[in-house]
Amino acid sequence: MANTVRRATGYLVLMASALVFLYPFVLSLSTTFKPRDEVSLQPILPWPLNPSSRAWSDVLLHSDFPLWTFNSAVVTVCATLLRLFLDSLAGYAIARLNWRGRSWVLGLVLAVLAVPPVVLTVPRFLVLKEMGLLNTYAGLILPLAVDAVGIFIMTQFFQGLPKELEEAARIDGANLFQTYWKVVLPLARPGLITLAILSFQGTWNEFLLPLIVVRGSSSHWTLPFGLSTLGRGGAGGQSYDYPVMLAGSILTILPVAIIFVVLQRFFARGITAGAVKG
Amino acid sequence: MAGWLFVSPALLGLGLFLVAPILLAFWVSFRDWSGLAPLDSSTAVGTQNYHDLLVKSGIVQSDFAKSLRNNFYYVVGVVPAQTILAFLLAVVVNNRMLRGKTFFRTAFYFPSVTSSIAVAFIFIFLFSPSGIVNALLSAVLPGTVSTTWLAESNGVLHIVFGWFGVHSAPSALGDHKLLGLSWWDWLSGPSVALTSIMVLAVWTTIGTFMLMFLAGLQNIPEDLDEAALLDGASNRQRFFRVTLPLMRPTLFLVLTLGIIGTWQVFDQIYAMTSGGPQKTTLTPAYLIYREGFTNSAMGRAAAIAFIVFALILVFTGIQRLILRRRED
Repeated sequence: MANTVRRATGYLVLMASALVFLYPFVLSLSTTFKPRDEVSLQPILPWPLNPSSRAWSDVLLHSDFPLWTFNSAVVTVCATLLRLFLDSLAGYAIARLNWRGRSWVLGLVLAVLAVPPVVLTVPRFLVLKEMGLLNTYAGLILPLAVDAVGIFIMTQFFQGLPKELEEAARIDGANLFQTYWKVVLPLARPGLITLAILSFQGTWNEFLLPLIVVRGSSSHWTLPFGLSTLGRGGAGGQSYDYPVMLAGSILTILPVAIIFVVLQRFFARGITAGAVKG
Repeated sequence: MAGWLFVSPALLGLGLFLVAPILLAFWVSFRDWSGLAPLDSSTAVGTQNYHDLLVKSGIVQSDFAKSLRNNFYYVVGVVPAQTILAFLLAVVVNNRMLRGKTFFRTAFYFPSVTSSIAVAFIFIFLFSPSGIVNALLSAVLPGTVSTTWLAESNGVLHIVFGWFGVHSAPSALGDHKLLGLSWWDWLSGPSVALTSIMVLAVWTTIGTFMLMFLAGLQNIPEDLDEAALLDGASNRQRFFRVTLPLMRPTLFLVLTLGIIGTWQVFDQIYAMTSGGPQKTTLTPAYLIYREGFTNSAMGRAAAIAFIVFALILVFTGIQRLILRRRED
C-alpha cells in the first residue's frame, strides 16, 4: 500500500515536471501557426484556431535566416573538425608520450579550465582586432578551434585505452603519427563522438563571440545572433512579433534537438566527462 | 620531442586566443582605450579604471554597484533553487520502481542543450503581458493578473517590506552608502524582471545538474544501502545518513559550477531586457559588454572583468570553506 502511494507520487512529480519542461516548446511551436491577434487571445491553447503560415514565410523567405543558417553550419563544422583533431592530438601526447614538459602542459590546460568565459570578452576582441580577424569567418572559428575541456576529456579517454595495439603497430614499423592516425583514433571513436557533440552544441549555440566579432558585418552573422534581431521591430514588448521570434527559435533549436534525440547516451557521457574536471 | 610536436598546435591555439589575450587585457585595464582606435594610441592611466569603479562616486561606480547587487541576488536565488530541484528530480528518477526513466531524463535535460537566445525568446513570450504565466495566475488568483514581468523594476524585498508598511528608506538605511548605492537600495532584492530571468536560469540548468546527481547516485554501492536497511534504518535515516554524505563530492561540483555559471549571465540579459528596467537586470557580464562595445571604454570593461574574476574566486572559496567545515 505504502509502495503504491509512493509510486503514484513519484509518477505525479515526474509527469508534472515533464509538462513544465516540454510544454513551453509545444506552445511555442503551435504559436508559430497562430495569427498575431490570436497569440494574445489564446495564450494557453496548444493548437491554432485559424492556422496561418505567415510567420514561417517571413522567417524563411523574407529574412536572412537561410544565410545565418549557412554561416552557422560553416563555423560549427570547421570549429568542430579542428577541435577534434587538435584536442585529440594534444590529449594523446599528454596521456601517452614521454616528453619533458608534459606535466607542465597538463598544468597549463587545467589552469585554463579554471578561467571563466566572462573574463574572455575583452581579451578575445583585442587579439582578433590586432590580428585583423574582425568580421571574418576565421575570427569566428579560430578562437573555438581548441579548448581545454576537450583536451582534458581526450587525455582521460586515452589513459583508459590498452597500450598493446599501439606497441604492436610501432613494432610493425609504423611511425608515431601513423600509429596515432590509423590505430589510436579509430579506438577513440566514443571519446571523439562525445567531444564532437559537445563542440557542435557549444559552437552552434555560441552567442557572445559573434556578437563581438561580426556585429558590424551582417553577411557574417550566425544563427543565434541573427535570431536575436528577429521580430523585434519597435520598442516595448507589445510590438514583438511572437510567431516570427518563436519560428526562428524553433528552427535554431531543431538541429541540436535531432542530434540530442539520436545520440542521447553520448550527451550523458559528455556531462560525466565534464563533471570530472571539478 | 614528438610530444611537443603533437601539443604545439593546441598550445598555439590556447596561447594565442586565451593566455596572451588575458595578459594583454590585464595591461589594457590600466589604460584608456576606446576599442575603436589602434591599441598603440591608448594612453596609460594607472589604476584610474579600478578607481572609477571602486572608489570615485559617480554613475560609473553606481552602475557597477547595481550590477554587483543584481548578480548577487541572482546567484543567491538561482544556485540553491537549481541544486535542490535537480537533486530532488534525480532522486525521483533514480527510484527503482518507476518506469520510463529514459523519457523523463530526456525531457528534463532537453532545455539545457538548446540555444540561450531561443530559450530567452520563448520566455519573453511566456512572460509577456498576455502570456501563459499571467493567464495561469489569473486562473488561480482572484482578479486578473496582467503584470508586465520584464518591465517591472520593483525589488521583491522592497515589495515584501511594503506589505509591512515600509515603503521608503528608513533614514539609517537611506543615508549611508556603499559603492555609491544606499543600503536601502542594496536591500531591494532582485527586481521582478530579474526574478523572471532567474526562473529561466533555473529551468534551463536543472537538467544538467540532475544528470550529474544521477551519475553520483548510481555510483553509491547498493550493498551499503542494503546493509543500512538490514540494520533497521528507516527511509529517512538512509537518505540523510547514507545517501547524502556520499553525494558530497557531486554536491560540491554542482555548487561550484552553479556559482561560476551564475556570475556570468549575459545572453539572456542581452536578449530579454538589455540591463533594464531601471538597471535592475544589469550584471557585470552585461556591463563589460556595454562599457567596452557600446560606450567605447575598453579599459574600464577589462577592469570590470578582472574584478569579477576575483569575485568568482572569492565566492567559490567561501563555498569550499563552508562545505569543508561540515566535514569535520
